[in-house]
Amino acid sequence: MLLHVDGLGIHLAGKPIVRDLGFQLDAGELLVVLGPNGAGKSTLLKGLAGEHRIASGQISFAGCTLQHWPKREIAKRRAVMPQRVEVNFPLTVEEIVRLGRPAEPLSQSMPVLLELMDLLDIAHLRYRLAPGLSGGEQQRVQLARVLAQVWDAQGPVLLLLDECTSALDPAHQQQVFSLLRGLAKQRGFAVLAVAHDLNLAARFADRLLLLHRGQCYISGQPFEVLSETVLAAVYGLSARILKLEEGYPLVVPRDNGPVPAYSSLSPSNTAPVNPSCRQAS
Amino acid sequence: MIIDGAGRLAKGPALLLILGAALVVSVVSVTNGAYPLTAADILGVLIGDLNDEVARMVLFDVRLPRLILGFLVGAVLAVCGAILQGLFRNPLADPGLIGVSAGASLAAIAVIVLGGTWLGGWLDLAGAWALPIAAFVGGSGTVFLAWRIASRAGHTSVATLLLAGIAINAIAGAGTGLLTFYSSDEELRSLTFWTMGSLGHAAWDDVAMAAPWLLLSLCAAPFLARPLDAFLLGEQVVGHLGYNTDWTKRAAILIAGLGVGAAVAVSGLIGFVGLVVPHLVRHTLGAGHRVVIPASALAGGTLLVGADCLARIVVAPAELPIGLMMALIGGPFFLLLLLRTRIA
Repeated sequence: MLLHVDGLGIHLAGKPIVRDLGFQLDAGELLVVLGPNGAGKSTLLKGLAGEHRIASGQISFAGCTLQHWPKREIAKRRAVMPQRVEVNFPLTVEEIVRLGRPAEPLSQSMPVLLELMDLLDIAHLRYRLAPGLSGGEQQRVQLARVLAQVWDAQGPVLLLLDECTSALDPAHQQQVFSLLRGLAKQRGFAVLAVAHDLNLAARFADRLLLLHRGQCYISGQPFEVLSETVLAAVYGLSARILKLEEGYPLVVPRDNGPVPAYSSLSPSNTAPVNPSCRQAS
Repeated sequence: MIIDGAGRLAKGPALLLILGAALVVSVVSVTNGAYPLTAADILGVLIGDLNDEVARMVLFDVRLPRLILGFLVGAVLAVCGAILQGLFRNPLADPGLIGVSAGASLAAIAVIVLGGTWLGGWLDLAGAWALPIAAFVGGSGTVFLAWRIASRAGHTSVATLLLAGIAINAIAGAGTGLLTFYSSDEELRSLTFWTMGSLGHAAWDDVAMAAPWLLLSLCAAPFLARPLDAFLLGEQVVGHLGYNTDWTKRAAILIAGLGVGAAVAVSGLIGFVGLVVPHLVRHTLGAGHRVVIPASALAGGTLLVGADCLARIVVAPAELPIGLMMALIGGPFFLLLLLRTRIA
């Protein structure tokens, strides 16, 4: 098992954000972490990225406790894409992608940079300055930078991606997720991606992990996780789940009738949380 | 290839170009002044052909220390500006922002104004070096204070550092104002001169005192280039790429505190170099620190030596304060640049 998380708890400013969370991620697997806003997805990802102190439990990566990995060593095997990266300085697209491979001479990293810029459809932006790009273009640039870091790594690789397609158009979303799936299947990368798009997750993920108030509500294959009752309980979303002949579910939100008047808007759902992760088998 | 794919000057030729400019400005600076020397005189003195004692004295005891100090101070101010702008991820950050200039000037002005009273013992003790040492201690002391305030449990918050710097600037500014209020006419004169910056008194003593710190900060800066590049993408990315974020922050603050502290101690307050030079370098050569740091050092030194030269020439035989000169050249130039980029 490449990534093993057990009883993980993370506190921010004294408040528990992630509680008693356990899951595993194997090489070659694409895991999508879902959950409502504030469920603890980004905090979990930052915990795995080594940004947050762990309050309880443990994370082990490739058989060794995360905190025991030397920073430089783990940076060769783990790449992280934060939810937002803002560039205020006149760096070109190529320069940003190259930041993923800081120690290497340019001539040596150039083939990787060109390949990645091509794969993420930013080759035509190569010499453009990043601050002038659109949100989606910037996101693809950052993803290329993140992939460059571990592109030809020897041994296990973990990708941690926080909403890496949130600003992309539908075609690029598909393109990026099929690239990630390809990396998992062909290169054995372990990919953990936080996302909001249920259908994108259902289409590409091997497994889904649904977070609710810092805990695992349910995890398993898309069909097992995306059920009407689960979506209603966690998101307060009324939806139909269609089974496509391609073999993955399609979530179609229902029309909930007339829009309620503002005064009658109730506080968000108060569904009870199952303390132990429901492992659909 | 002079222009690369991004329409920027290629790095190698650009650095050579700045180096050429630095040489030209150095020769102009050494030859011009109250006692004119020709390039031939200088060559003669240097290889020992010319037996002109005055020329020799002017060159070795007046012009050279001034040139060296000017170049080092300009280089350090520009490099520290570049480092802090990278650290704060803000192209408008200035060495003054973390309180170093304010702390140094408060200490220096305290020595000027209170030298006859409370701080008399310090003057007796330190003699001619009382002012620069006080400025250096004041400058690096305030940086240390701001850094301590912003650090908790081994982590330094860059945002808190910025805010603490602003608050310390305000407090030191108030202290400076208070001292100015109580100063005599004569003290006010030397105080004003100091706050406007000057290389006019540069001697080998000053070089000997400041150069180790200035060189230390210049030589250490390039080691921060790669982590600072990562800083441009955000503090978290620095860690993701395998660098030690807190170590980088501490090193950057230490380098800037020592460098700017030493620079202010020997030359007073010289603004604008730290802001304008890295900005210009980034827009002509790109924002990667492996280029920005050496290019800023060369360009900053060149600019300050050039400004010092002008400051001596325009109202000869008197001199304009170099801080004033910098603002006079830099201000309009920067505005021109802004207007051009706005239109383009």
